[in-house]
Amino acid sequence: MIASPGLNLAQYWSAVAADWPGGFWWHWLVFTVIIIIFILLLPMGFIYIERRGIGRFQARLGPNRTGPFGLFQPVADAIKVLLKEDIVPTTADKVVHFLAPIVAFAPVMMVFAVVPFGDGALLADLNIGILYVVAVASITSVGIFMAGWASNNKYSLLGAMRDVAAVVSYEIPLVLSIIGVVLIAGSLSLNEIVQTQEIPFILFQPLGFIIFFIAGCAEINRSPFDLLEADSELTAGFHTEYSGIKFVLFYLTEYGEALAMSTILATLFLGGWRGPVLPPWLWLLVKILIVFCVMVWTRAAFPRARIDQLMALAWKFLLPLALINLLITGIEVLAWPEGLPWVLIFINIAITLVLVLLWSRKFKLGWGRVEV
Amino acid sequence: MLKFEHYGKGIVKGLIVTMRNLLRHPITTQYPEQRLTTSRRIRGNELIWDNIKCTGCATCAKACPQGAILIVTAVNAVENRYAVEKYEVDTGYCIQCGLCVEACPYEAIYMGYAYERAKYRRGELVQTDEMLLASEERRPSGYMYPDIAAKLPEQTLLVDRDKVKK
Amino acid sequence: MALKTEPFVLNIGPVHPSTHGVFRMRTTLDGEVIVDLEPVFGYLHRGIEKLAEERTYTGVIPLTDRLDYLASMSNNLAYVLAVEKLAGVGVPERAEYIRVILAELQRIASHLVAVGAFLNDCGAYFTPFLYMWREREKIYDFFEMLSGQRLMYNYMRVGGFNQDLPDEFLPAVRKFVKKMPEWVDEYDRLLAENEILLARAKGVGILPRDLAINIGASGPVLRACGVKWDLRKADPYSIYDRFEFDIPTGTVGDCYDRYRVRIEEMRQSLRILQQAAEQIPGGPVKSEVPHYLHPPVGEAYAHIEAPKGELGFYLVSDNSIAPYRCHIRAPSLINLTALRDMIIGWKIQDLIIIFGSIDITMAEVDR
Repeated sequence: MIASPGLNLAQYWSAVAADWPGGFWWHWLVFTVIIIIFILLLPMGFIYIERRGIGRFQARLGPNRTGPFGLFQPVADAIKVLLKEDIVPTTADKVVHFLAPIVAFAPVMMVFAVVPFGDGALLADLNIGILYVVAVASITSVGIFMAGWASNNKYSLLGAMRDVAAVVSYEIPLVLSIIGVVLIAGSLSLNEIVQTQEIPFILFQPLGFIIFFIAGCAEINRSPFDLLEADSELTAGFHTEYSGIKFVLFYLTEYGEALAMSTILATLFLGGWRGPVLPPWLWLLVKILIVFCVMVWTRAAFPRARIDQLMALAWKFLLPLALINLLITGIEVLAWPEGLPWVLIFINIAITLVLVLLWSRKFKLGWGRVEV
Repeated sequence: MLKFEHYGKGIVKGLIVTMRNLLRHPITTQYPEQRLTTSRRIRGNELIWDNIKCTGCATCAKACPQGAILIVTAVNAVENRYAVEKYEVDTGYCIQCGLCVEACPYEAIYMGYAYERAKYRRGELVQTDEMLLASEERRPSGYMYPDIAAKLPEQTLLVDRDKVKK
Repeated sequence: MALKTEPFVLNIGPVHPSTHGVFRMRTTLDGEVIVDLEPVFGYLHRGIEKLAEERTYTGVIPLTDRLDYLASMSNNLAYVLAVEKLAGVGVPERAEYIRVILAELQRIASHLVAVGAFLNDCGAYFTPFLYMWREREKIYDFFEMLSGQRLMYNYMRVGGFNQDLPDEFLPAVRKFVKKMPEWVDEYDRLLAENEILLARAKGVGILPRDLAINIGASGPVLRACGVKWDLRKADPYSIYDRFEFDIPTGTVGDCYDRYRVRIEEMRQSLRILQQAAEQIPGGPVKSEVPHYLHPPVGEAYAHIEAPKGELGFYLVSDNSIAPYRCHIRAPSLINLTALRDMIIGWKIQDLIIIFGSIDITMAEVDR
């Protein structure tokens, strides 16, 4: 802590709510513990929900033998994987191989530092909230590429390169749809975005919601875009050569990213912790679960896209729609600067339908057979 | 070149069908607490032998495509039947095809009704003489024997459990 | 300055989660595009044709079960027709009707697996696969009621059947025929118009019509190319000329057409089943055949429209208790020869889909 002119340290204390007992460090400790517990327990709950949910979509029960209703299944999975031998290929790059899961997992935890669990209840009320989230979430793809490179396996490298290409392409529609919300809310801070959501933004930005959902699913490699970790595809993915704890970290990263994406979606579009009767953190949890259940639903229902179709979807379908969405939102915010009237909800939904139908007619997917 | 010509209608239909299946009762049978009744003619994985009716003619051994039945009889015939010294079935070789049951002219061999007759050691799969007789656990099935089939319980048919909502 | 690239060889090994059996493909890839493909099979060879020479004519029937294990009744039927042709044995009316019912039920079951596995390869995470397996379990129940086993039926015999239908069989089949079209419609609605599936399967893996006829392809693979050739109409065996049904054909011959042809064939099979279940007469189910058959010296070839294509058995007899030579014309093997031409120019992910759409059972290819 260097005291130098121009460096005002008091601003760090001002990020804390005025009535918080114990001051800065106590607040930091409590929220860090909450976030760590959140991010270690909820993915396990998500694994359970996904397996039971997909089972029910397929007219069967999911796992129900380990513990009552199969609740200990993720625990059993975790214990099983942790007991496995940690195999590192001899020709692999050892340092990179070791660091890759850590580099992939840490940003997922860092995303939750700015998510509000209640009115003003968050670890750090950064005024660049959502920009921080976007920046940090991109580091995961570096970790994945490190994993693919360090395995010294041409299938892993192929999978990792595909993953990096897909993630980088889908960042752009993702960010553009976020900017629509930011324009309406008037601030980048997630706390303020939730505080301005009298009416949830999904109604004002239906197109933004759809674009964010699709781009989000593609970012976290979930079906229908899970061509990297699918069993019936050729390349077993970037985590072929991982076993034991490192594999657990990758698995946790996948579900942690799903959790992070659901949380951001719930916070930006569905109103975060807002709701009538229940305590705010419970509302947030309910909304996260609803979003995750929709993700499970799409996983059960759709086949997989091919890699070039994936890229074509990002560049030719989502990007123009996101730009048009941004334009329309900008016009609306300029026309009604003190708050958008609720009439706009219907107009926006109508515009969404028209745009999606129009763009579907013009959308051409890329290449057919290549002459060799 | 493919156009997105259905405007997303196909995607929505897929979602609706999966949602409808979510609301149906799952079709899993929780084995071993719940079991479905097998067919009356099930060719279970053991053979049951009747040493009183058997004459040692070895038609079953000749009909078996795998050669899983071994019969050793004494040389002299008494009362128009051989004395069967050893009747051995190697259940490991048996493919449960039931050709032996069809071939026997004296109705002395049956297919088993139980299907949970696994053994811990491979040596126990070879069964001889007294091990092959019918007993409480080793009940015969109705394959080729309609009178035995009439006494066995009815089979659960999954088509009876079907309910299609429009 | 142009970048110099060279193609590399990728071995899609005998064991991996989406080949339908043990099948090895040595692909030469240029980036993602497949330049060459060399199939290596034979991993499941069990010598069925040689083993058939050492068993009696009735003892070969359990062997034929294990050829295309997803459609055992059809294999039994083809073999039994060949032996009857060889020995000049007739079959009573009721047995003919029962054969048709069983063959069509088996066709529905086999197409359910084919479509389910194809959609699973496309990536739909087992959902359509498990739905179709639900129906297949119902068909398993019927076959278990008749023969006692769920997969290796060993039910047909030379001259008919050894055991007649139990009393509850025909009402259950009628119930099935009444409810099944709704289920087929539901599965159709799940994925037939799905844009992702259309993007993955339409226009992919086109088999040109002339090539299909030249290599002798048969079954849904040939009909998807637009050739209206079905052995049940072109060379009717058993009593198929008494039933009314259509032959669905495709237009282009891509993966999507093969998928649609199979779904439509399921519907046509349900039509045949309904007519057969109404028209079936009473009477004996087996004609008089000696226990150990000694057919006269000669040869015979009988073919049927199995779910995968034209399945044929060629038998040579020398008046002894076992066939002198038994050769099996496996449809999967003949259809597989088109794989290389269909695949070149597509990507690895398309390879899995195209291979799944031809509907191969390696047990039939390797025998």
